[in-house]
Amino acid sequence: MTTWIIAIGQGLFVAAGAPLLVGLMRQVRARLEGRAGGRLTQPWRDLRKLARKEPITPTDASWVFTAAPPVLMATSLLVACIAPFWSTRSALDGTADLIAVVGLLLLGTIALALAGLDTGTAFGGMGASREMTIAALVEPTLLLAIFALSARAGSSNLAAIVSAGVHDPVRVFSPASLLAAAALAIAILAEAGRLPVDNPATHLELTMVHEAMVLEYSGRDLALVEHASAMRLTILLGLLANLFAPWGVATSLDPVALAVGLVAFAAKLALLGALLAAAEVFFAKLRLFRVPELLAGSFVLALLAVTASFVLNP
Amino acid sequence: MNQTALHQTLFVQSLDLACGVFLLTAVGVLWRRELSALVRLLAVQGAALAAIAGLLAVHESSTELAVVAAVVAGLKAVALPRLLRRALDRSASESVLRNHLSGSPAPASTPAALEDKPRRYEACPPPCRRDDRLADRTAVPQQALRRETRPLVNVAASLLAAAALTLLAYAAARPLVALAPSPVTRAAPVGLAVVLIGFFLLATRRRAVSQIVGVLLVDNGIAAVAFLTTAGVPLIVELGVSLDLLLAVLVMQVLTTRLQAVFGGTDLDELRELRDS
Repeated sequence: MTTWIIAIGQGLFVAAGAPLLVGLMRQVRARLEGRAGGRLTQPWRDLRKLARKEPITPTDASWVFTAAPPVLMATSLLVACIAPFWSTRSALDGTADLIAVVGLLLLGTIALALAGLDTGTAFGGMGASREMTIAALVEPTLLLAIFALSARAGSSNLAAIVSAGVHDPVRVFSPASLLAAAALAIAILAEAGRLPVDNPATHLELTMVHEAMVLEYSGRDLALVEHASAMRLTILLGLLANLFAPWGVATSLDPVALAVGLVAFAAKLALLGALLAAAEVFFAKLRLFRVPELLAGSFVLALLAVTASFVLNP
Repeated sequence: MNQTALHQTLFVQSLDLACGVFLLTAVGVLWRRELSALVRLLAVQGAALAAIAGLLAVHESSTELAVVAAVVAGLKAVALPRLLRRALDRSASESVLRNHLSGSPAPASTPAALEDKPRRYEACPPPCRRDDRLADRTAVPQQALRRETRPLVNVAASLLAAAALTLLAYAAARPLVALAPSPVTRAAPVGLAVVLIGFFLLATRRRAVSQIVGVLLVDNGIAAVAFLTTAGVPLIVELGVSLDLLLAVLVMQVLTTRLQAVFGGTDLDELRELRDS
């Protein structure tokens, strides 16, 4: 019973917290740029405003267009429920396999890319093609980087990797996991559409990737898409935090441990989000043609991490 | 006993970390385009090499190895990068001077000088006179002089090649590691990988400074393999090799400066044909 509460509570926590994380990141960025910035709850207000409005579907769009936002939201919610964020003992931890989680995230990406193609507009197709180029380069990196850690734990289950990290903190600081952390961080920036790869704040046709795909959405559908992409950012940052700094994750069903786990997860997310937002102030957006270089670099880092974890510490 | 086990773990961890930095800087050299960033990465790699030697010296409590580590640190982390940086700075300032001199009293008779469009690097067709070409070269923007603008293999492909070379090094070094399996020898393929990456850099880059960096990567890799497999070559050999290397870099620095003076750039493709004077 408790384990089900953990799984569902985790999903709800991520769903409720994701817009707040986005608000926090915007606030940090605004302060560093010398602006006052919006409130922390501003993304929630935007979502509420959008959710009240009627969605408009382009006349040429098929069911793919209307199905994409629910699919994106559903995959994000499912990953938020099964990944080991709060505790490693939730009811769905057995299904939190590395390949399944990456596959679910990719399913959401593909749904959105198909929707972008479906409307037949120039921007949608352009955004979809760019997104697929990036996704094709990012997914192997994500898999390889976490794979380097799963070699340490002897299992590709995320909960097993996290609990191995909790029980053996010395191994967390091995060179292999440092390399994997660097690779995963770059891959997450690309997957979540953050600054060096995609600028979430502009609608400039030369640069936009994610925004180009969702340009045709409005009303409730847009609210779903925005909320889901905030959740994806939260999920990816949470994975980064818990895989490489697994302190505080509850490994038992003790209420105190669970409370500590929740607070620690929120704190880690806030810290990572603030760091990312602060770093973004200093980044410049890469040219699209330079993005494969960056991603090839992160792929090499992940490959070296796997090699190191197999060869240096057999 | 527990204390020594802890020391052993700490030693292995920090050795792995130093080897990781060593390999990472080699990959970073392929990744970055700015020549000054390459020199910086080279300095970090020298420091990592010195750290490897120093860790081995502490582990085996050998004074000779400690001296070698100090020499390596002084030479590869400080002296060689400084020489390279001076070569870079000098070529940059000379080209500024040259731009300044040739820019203002431009011969108004040539039509190219009247047109005010930005001239490209290869703007002059092959059968043109050398002086024209020289004048054209000096119009290269400052940014392009400090970068590896056109590597023969693009950056993404060279990174993937580096991954393949690293795997190759691990596969090739397997029998070597099997001779005496220990944490130290297990890290030896890293040195081999850096040698291969250095060769790759030598083969695919056009600018003289990148190629010098490639030579130094090869040497660093050889030194790392020597440290990790044999716990260091004799002091006198190490000193001889280091001085040789210093001399080589000095000679190459002079060559780079001459190249810059003659061609206005350090692109080695200019050396394909023979000319007098």
